[in-house]
Amino acid sequence: MRIIVLIKPTPNIEKVRFDIERGVVDRSSAELEINPFDLHAIEAAVRIKERFGGTVISLSMAPPNAVNALRDAIARGVDRAILLSDKRFAGADTLATSYTLASAIKKLGGFDLIICGEKSVDGDTGQVGPEVAEFLNIPHASYVVDIKEVSKDSITVISDLGNAYYLIRLRLPALISVTKEVNVPRKPKLKDVLRARKAKIEVWDADTLKDLIDMDRIGLKGSATRVVKAYYALEKGRRGVIVKGDEGIQKILEILKSEGVI
Amino acid sequence: MSHSEGTPKDVLVYAEYIDGKVHPVTYELLSKGRELADKLGGSLISAIIGYGSSKYSEDLIWSGADKVFVYEFDEDVKPDVLLHKDVLVNLINETKPKIVLFGATPWGRTLAPRVAATLRTGLTADCLDIYIDENGDVIQVRPAFTGNIIAHIKTITIPVMTTIRYKVFKPLSKDKNRKGQVIVRKIDKAHLMSKERPFEILGKVKEKEVNIADAEVIVAGGRGLKRKEDLKMLEELANLLGGVVGVSRPLVDSGWCSKDRQVGFSGNIVKPKIYIACGISGSPQHLAGMKDSKIIISINIDPSAPIIRYSDLAVVGDLYEIVPKLIEELKKSRR
Repeated sequence: MRIIVLIKPTPNIEKVRFDIERGVVDRSSAELEINPFDLHAIEAAVRIKERFGGTVISLSMAPPNAVNALRDAIARGVDRAILLSDKRFAGADTLATSYTLASAIKKLGGFDLIICGEKSVDGDTGQVGPEVAEFLNIPHASYVVDIKEVSKDSITVISDLGNAYYLIRLRLPALISVTKEVNVPRKPKLKDVLRARKAKIEVWDADTLKDLIDMDRIGLKGSATRVVKAYYALEKGRRGVIVKGDEGIQKILEILKSEGVI
Repeated sequence: MSHSEGTPKDVLVYAEYIDGKVHPVTYELLSKGRELADKLGGSLISAIIGYGSSKYSEDLIWSGADKVFVYEFDEDVKPDVLLHKDVLVNLINETKPKIVLFGATPWGRTLAPRVAATLRTGLTADCLDIYIDENGDVIQVRPAFTGNIIAHIKTITIPVMTTIRYKVFKPLSKDKNRKGQVIVRKIDKAHLMSKERPFEILGKVKEKEVNIADAEVIVAGGRGLKRKEDLKMLEELANLLGGVVGVSRPLVDSGWCSKDRQVGFSGNIVKPKIYIACGISGSPQHLAGMKDSKIIISINIDPSAPIIRYSDLAVVGDLYEIVPKLIEELKKSRR
């Protein structure tokens, strides 16, 4: 099995500081880490590799300082980590990002399965996986909560489609995006962490993909959306009434009555 | 705003129809779509796909659509993301709408990106609003960074595609006198029955334990609960209020509860009328899942817990005293 894991290096959302005035993230306030959802994608890939043999290749698009996050990926069982990094890739929305990732996957040659996390903690879109699948013309399943069966030419998963959970069979090659329920990622062993420190992270610039890529379709230039404005959403809060004990019970009852709940 | 002939000005709403039911977000999208179409001077088109879908065509018109494309099947075949994509791509190429709206449901968020990638157009995820600005640009409002940031996003390609969060818009009241056009298209049986389908739903594995996104009242428990059994107390309160029990992520991680009840960024995003947070401190991940609730009540022993700032009413105290007393009061008032 040749498995590709899409990893997004993201700032740690617990540590990152927000520039409240400008509604942006202070990127210097937190190092890039593996997007927490993607840890489950790596684990899923490594488990399939352990059963069937093969290779796990991770693919990311990020600034050069994402290298440490990718060493972590190697410590967790990724065999080969590729970082797409170039100023020309910068400012990409999900459309341009998916196009770039799909082009890099074509460069890598054949594969059986692509796994990614459900969404990222910074972009929150969950769109890149399905868009990559479309650009590669392969089937995909999103919100995968369990992988039931993997064979030479198909994968069977359980997906959350909102109203219920469904069993879905995809013909390989295919892409799945996994939720946190799919597995419990293992902590990397010390020896793997040490090994990963010396591992080589391959960095590809836009020229690496020049035979496969239309330069007008990458980065900000290739993006279909623009951020017009942004602001910090959690600053205000509601700052309602604060009460203690029994007085609280009366207040709760008042609200329940005025809202027609009781 | 003036439009030359041929400028896209219609709005298309994808009616999510799975398992014989139209997802309620569809009616909310029709309501917003109606407003946008009127502003653009265009029509509101809706598309519904699947076995038995034709019986909903009038319903979609009563709820705001001018024209409904019905893709009816002869047999009950489960939804196929690739088939739905093909249908929508063809319909968008044919009708050339300016805006296409999907619900930001798991299915909507599975399907819409494939359509957008095929059309090479912009797609904005999980929006809380969409409006047309003074320049005539379509702007979408969405949370990012786990709900910490709100961004206004302009799409510079056509159509503008958006997935919109459930419960942010109010559906129109159904007007049974509204008239519209229904166009029925049969889906080729051969296409559906071919053995080598790349994407195939084999069957339903299980229903959700609870559909928490639909609940009007949620009584949620967090790390302040000491034992799994104590969830029963919250359940009793929820039952008295006609609501359901929700939890924060740590309770799901410790196996006390199914993920179906998890409220938060990696669980369910909810917007009930009343949200009662019991022993929940209010991490950014939890807030991202419930901060748009109409009324937030928190019960927390720690006066410095972040949830306090995001509450309309914060009761500082021990939930093990307050919740049983509240249950008692509610029972008393029922007698």
